[in-house]
Amino acid sequence: MRIAVVDFGAGNLRSVAKALDRVGFQVSITSDPNDFSTSEGVVFPGQGIAGHAMENLKSRGLDVALKDYVMSGRPFFGVCLGLQLMFEKSDEENTECLGILGGGNSKFNNTMKVPHMGWNNVRMVKPHYAFEDIPDEFQFYFVHSYYAVPADGSVVVGETIYSDRFPSVVADNNLLATQFHPEKSTELGISIYKNFFLGVKEGRN
Amino acid sequence: MLSKRIIPCLDVKDGRVVKGIKFKDHRDVGDPVELAKYYDLEGADELVFYDITASSDNRNIMYEVVSQVAEAIYIPFTVGGGIRSVEDIRLMLNAGADKVSINTAAVENPQLIKDAAKLFGSQCIVLGMDAKAISETPDDGLNVRDAISINPSSQWEVRIRTGSGDGDSTNIDAVKWARYAVELGVGEIVLNSMDMDGTRQGYDLDLNKAISERVSVPVVASGGAGGNEHFLEAFGSGKVDAVLAASIFHYGDNKIQETKKYLFDNGISVRYEGK
Repeated sequence: MRIAVVDFGAGNLRSVAKALDRVGFQVSITSDPNDFSTSEGVVFPGQGIAGHAMENLKSRGLDVALKDYVMSGRPFFGVCLGLQLMFEKSDEENTECLGILGGGNSKFNNTMKVPHMGWNNVRMVKPHYAFEDIPDEFQFYFVHSYYAVPADGSVVVGETIYSDRFPSVVADNNLLATQFHPEKSTELGISIYKNFFLGVKEGRN
Repeated sequence: MLSKRIIPCLDVKDGRVVKGIKFKDHRDVGDPVELAKYYDLEGADELVFYDITASSDNRNIMYEVVSQVAEAIYIPFTVGGGIRSVEDIRLMLNAGADKVSINTAAVENPQLIKDAAKLFGSQCIVLGMDAKAISETPDDGLNVRDAISINPSSQWEVRIRTGSGDGDSTNIDAVKWARYAVELGVGEIVLNSMDMDGTRQGYDLDLNKAISERVSVPVVASGGAGGNEHFLEAFGSGKVDAVLAASIFHYGDNKIQETKKYLFDNGISVRYEGK
């Protein structure tokens, strides 16, 4: 299965690419919107500042290409900022995001250390086949200062508590996005990539 | 619940992991890639690779070591030592590091923090700070902004070029510097006590508490760990979010899982499979 990793000039793409390779996919790192048309799957990893990321996406024509790709029904996996940018806007620099999902992103309140950095639990509010190898008490690695606030609560698959309760996994048909980094959450963490893409291929979404 | 993190620190010199006592008399303890894999399997929450010679000798850390480590593990790791420019940071992130730790260069050029945080995001910019208790007013420090300079009530001074001995005086108050660096955009602070480093007598709890309570970002205690009780007190009265330790784990005195069991049994939230 051929998976494209979106390169928009920020983020640790090597870790994601290595994890996908490890679970048996053919990986290409690309910033060319045309490459998505031949990909069987796309991973959109993100880190950094929402406004800066959106500028980089737009300057490469990747904003439109990503939306078109998700609409095509093929499997799409967003990570960290890649989850936040799925929504319509972010309070971070008052940024307009991709708007694939309804809602925005808010900052953690200042009673907590920000960024939310380290290992935390994910409580699944509904089952998802990508998580079938993950035990209940498993912790994932997070590093972020903003979190998604979906307009439609039904897209929330998993939740995490850090002062506020926030959605750490969202899904909508062929789309899955995690606020944590599967590729930084041990070998078991990267099973999510494998189970998601193979699951969509098998028609489980 | 967010877990408190246990972070082995691997000091690297000439591509090998070493750990000295009070930054002197380095002793060779192994291959960075093998140690990284070992700690990943042992349940380390993150790793830090620190090039101990780079900062004082202006030597670049080994891109190759970072690349090989990135290939070998699936947990986050930070690279520090000799990071002096946005290009140095880009190189290390591209090699596969998740975060970079900036120490001397941040003191000499605070704008570097601001530029790097803007380009790469605060989440990957760590302030490495070497702090030393003030015994007498330094007379050879830097000429620094009044807002961060030491005054009669200051307790700790920031030191730079700490590759050997006590490093250089800066005339900067450690607490004020921490707050200023957060304003500029660092996302985490690794706080090393020059007084406790290598002593195995425990972290400088007063220093850790003073800074952790006054900044909005996570603080990692460093310098002085000699036993599990030192981790417990760092998370307790030291108020830190993570602990860094080197020799206690490298020499096999402590297994990370045993440390985590001890912490878990004492009510600390840790990522521990045995619970």
